[in-house]
Amino acid sequence: MIRLERRPTPSQLWTVLTPLLAVVATMIAGGILFALLGKNPVEAIRTIFWDPLFGQYASYSRPQLLVKAAPLILIATGLSLGFRAGIWNIGAEGQYIMGAICGAAVGLALYPLESPIVFPLMVLAGALGGWVWAMIPAILKIRFGTSEILVSLMLVYVAGHILSAMSFGALRNPEGMGFPGSRNFQKYPSGHNAELIANTGLHWGTLAAFAAVVAAYVLMQRHILGLHIRVSGESPRAARFAGVNPAVLTAFCLGVSGALAGLAGLFEVSGPSGQISPDFASNYGFTAIIVAFLGRLNPVGVLLAGLLMALTYIGGELAQMMLSLPAAAIQAFQGMLLFFLLAFDLMTHFRLRWGAPEAAR
Amino acid sequence: MIGSIDPVLLVAALMVASTPILLAATGEMIAERAGVLNLGVEGMMIVGAICGFIAAVLTGSAVAGFAAAAVAGAAMAALFALLTLGLQANQVATGLALTLFGLGLSALMGQGYTGVRPPETPKLDLGPLSDLPVVGGMLLSHDWMVYAALLLVALTWLFLTRTRAGLILRAVGENHDAAHALGYKVTRIRVAALMFGGACAGLGGAYLSLVRVPAWTEGMTAGAGWIALAIVVFASWRPWRVLLGAYLFGGVTVLQLNLQAAGVAIPVQYLSMAPYVVTILVLVAISADRSRAALDAPAMLGRNFHAAR
Amino acid sequence: MKRRHLLATAALGLGLATGGAAFAQGMDKAKACFVYVGPIGDLGWSYQHHQGALAVKEAYGDRVEIAWQESVPEGADAERVLTQMALSGCNIIFTTSFGYMDATNNVAAKFPDVKFEHATGYKREHPNVAIYNARFYEGRAVQGHIAGRMTKSNKIGYIGSFPIPEVIMGINSYYLHAKKANPNVELSVVWAFTWFDPAKEADAAKALIDQGVDVIAAHTDSTAPLAEAAKAGGAVIGFGQASDMLDYAPSPRVSSIIDNWNPYYIKRVGQVLDGTWETVDSWAGIPEGEVEIGAITDAVPADVKAEAEAMRDAIAARAYHPFTGPINKQDGSAWLAEGQVAPDGDLLGMMFYVEGIKGDIPQ
Repeated sequence: MIRLERRPTPSQLWTVLTPLLAVVATMIAGGILFALLGKNPVEAIRTIFWDPLFGQYASYSRPQLLVKAAPLILIATGLSLGFRAGIWNIGAEGQYIMGAICGAAVGLALYPLESPIVFPLMVLAGALGGWVWAMIPAILKIRFGTSEILVSLMLVYVAGHILSAMSFGALRNPEGMGFPGSRNFQKYPSGHNAELIANTGLHWGTLAAFAAVVAAYVLMQRHILGLHIRVSGESPRAARFAGVNPAVLTAFCLGVSGALAGLAGLFEVSGPSGQISPDFASNYGFTAIIVAFLGRLNPVGVLLAGLLMALTYIGGELAQMMLSLPAAAIQAFQGMLLFFLLAFDLMTHFRLRWGAPEAAR
Repeated sequence: MIGSIDPVLLVAALMVASTPILLAATGEMIAERAGVLNLGVEGMMIVGAICGFIAAVLTGSAVAGFAAAAVAGAAMAALFALLTLGLQANQVATGLALTLFGLGLSALMGQGYTGVRPPETPKLDLGPLSDLPVVGGMLLSHDWMVYAALLLVALTWLFLTRTRAGLILRAVGENHDAAHALGYKVTRIRVAALMFGGACAGLGGAYLSLVRVPAWTEGMTAGAGWIALAIVVFASWRPWRVLLGAYLFGGVTVLQLNLQAAGVAIPVQYLSMAPYVVTILVLVAISADRSRAALDAPAMLGRNFHAAR
Repeated sequence: MKRRHLLATAALGLGLATGGAAFAQGMDKAKACFVYVGPIGDLGWSYQHHQGALAVKEAYGDRVEIAWQESVPEGADAERVLTQMALSGCNIIFTTSFGYMDATNNVAAKFPDVKFEHATGYKREHPNVAIYNARFYEGRAVQGHIAGRMTKSNKIGYIGSFPIPEVIMGINSYYLHAKKANPNVELSVVWAFTWFDPAKEADAAKALIDQGVDVIAAHTDSTAPLAEAAKAGGAVIGFGQASDMLDYAPSPRVSSIIDNWNPYYIKRVGQVLDGTWETVDSWAGIPEGEVEIGAITDAVPADVKAEAEAMRDAIAARAYHPFTGPINKQDGSAWLAEGQVAPDGDLLGMMFYVEGIKGDIPQ
């Protein structure tokens, strides 16, 4: 008889081993899935994981990894703080959209002014937009106890409709022949989040993502708030005794994750994406949730997980083009990755025991 | 202009539009009453939609489609149960993973089924009864699934309030340690509740692909699963309120389109936003009534049970 | 799979070798690539483009290799996909959605020897970018005539996707011809704000039917409006959109507008092969075969069918232009004088309804 026995403290070994095992298991299961679809599994896995890094056109796809990973890491870092404390911000996608809209609005309002002040103002507006959008569920939770999961989620849909309204209305490009979408920021130098060093994929968003990881690490390891977050997550009752103010924590966690998501949105809209359009939202907010868990809710882990996730995206695109692998297969693949991670996570908190438990003496 | 909207047709349309979320919300309510929060409703619905669709097209029978959808939904829920109850995984993360996986899996399965026309689900024709002036059109000419959904609500109410099994389920949701101490198999009950929830979500998804549209498209549930989750909270975990919530939501969605068709000049995007905003307002209103909300939510909701012996 | 890599590298090598003079010289083999915004199984917009791709392969056999990617999101991902396609040796790339406009032009700048064809856009920032579109409003004229003649309730409906000139053009053309055939006709427009979402389209169709509409046209691409119309058991008719949708013939689908990209694609790839490719702004319609009217079924009375076919033939012979004056704008101001034909520029920027349509275009 195999039993599960709770460990007194989470195992260090398994904390590191779990993501690795999850990736390997996903490769195997994914390989089976691809084989069922009639594709060569080894080639498919190689195209997804190896080719973007070392394959024929890797000099192009490697920097693209950073471009894709930056928003994921930025958002996931913020989310991981809240998740650690048991505060579930599921609405990062909505905060991402609102940050992009607010930042873009400021930039477009200032157009065609060319000045070094434009971009910083846009960045500020982006962070503020995301922050405000996250404070709605925060305030509702603090004041009324409403579930932040559901409110933040409903707000994603609201944000999506606002995006549509803005693309067709207030922010629409007057020189755009009636088509929806704002001006393209790539044509507005002061407002463009350009690559800092050509062909490296390094734009302000990438730098912000790294900075966020460092800041989160320092916060969790050295700052009292970091302690509060960890304690709240592990034992809400102990947290109360330790003097944690749940309202402050809720406001902080939701606010920070909202601001970071908003920033990610701003960097994306003024950089790689280029304009506010009805299709701007690309589910980064939801994928970041996977990244946060994959990274074990730890800043360094989030960094690595974000890169891994970006790899599956870029590799997935390559597989689609080279092997005609359906786009849906990649989505299923990413879901499987999270499943395996959650499954193996068991070993971090529990240990396997054989035989019947000893009777109390 | 608004006068040209026929209330009978509006109510009829509303009932049809609300059925998928009604089914999914009822199932999820049972699962949550047992103390498990399954955020994977969207994933279960869409897998049910594609499995139901494929089964219906292959067998030529809509009934077979619905049956297959229920089984598929239950299977997805079983996966959730394995992870959260068996392997003690975090319920929120697992639910999200289920949704993402479900969306991808359904899209994969659905390759080649887009644009295919499914077998028809017959409408109820009660002869002269269906031709009654107001009531006939509004209530008596739907397809049988609409009535099945209503029946389901009634049965879950009966189950929860009048049967012993329902009482045990609620006990498990309120205090799983006490229930365990009393000898009830907490895990087994939760697995059953989850699988029921999955089957209902699958039926709701199949309703979308077999009746309401009817067709298959990737991602066709378009957030219906999340709405169902909101409705469960809106309803304070009570069956008849779930019905009210589902109809309210379906009603706003249908009304928005009818207003457009009638030529009322309200900006479309704001109308489309309305259902979600209304849901938030209602959520706030319930939670604001602090004392009652605290009593209504199953106390063990979201907390993993581990028999410590 | 290895063979593909070899071919790709060979094509790349060939492309590089003939690089400098590629505009003037032809090539023995070419690789034509396609980027789709939706799944090729959608039986609508992307499906029809893919039919064009398959027609290219059939027309040129071994001389042309085709590759494609479906469901590519617009924005940064599109740029990456296009770059990777160009790197892997594509000689001509068709980007089949408006939203790919900036990505197409950006990548075209980096790969001057690769030809880019952008559908439904308006920017040609580099000599290796061409734009193309189809005059769907010609098809709408024929549909509108059938609608006006067949409606019994005098209420016809239109499911609009997005309020952009292309869609407004279609609505206006539809209405004008319905009105000409039946002066008592009234048009209801519902905006679905999507190109393809069967659930929303079904709901929109239902809302229109509940309002008494008995002929439905749609600018959205799924079969959902027809499926909804089918529930009325013959009382409501509709039209196939983008593809023929024969599953719903003879009723409710009484006719359809078919996007036929085959002739254009075959022509352009041929030009790449002989080295005569040049940038164009192509806007073709019924005369060139890019817009086809799907077979009119027997649910339509013989005289209406004859009239519709005659209109189609007149448009094909360029004897009739759907926007021929006198036509006023919705606010009553004059737009086209008697006998005046609408200039293309007016159509491309059309953001107004014609006189007689009630309601506003969403802003």
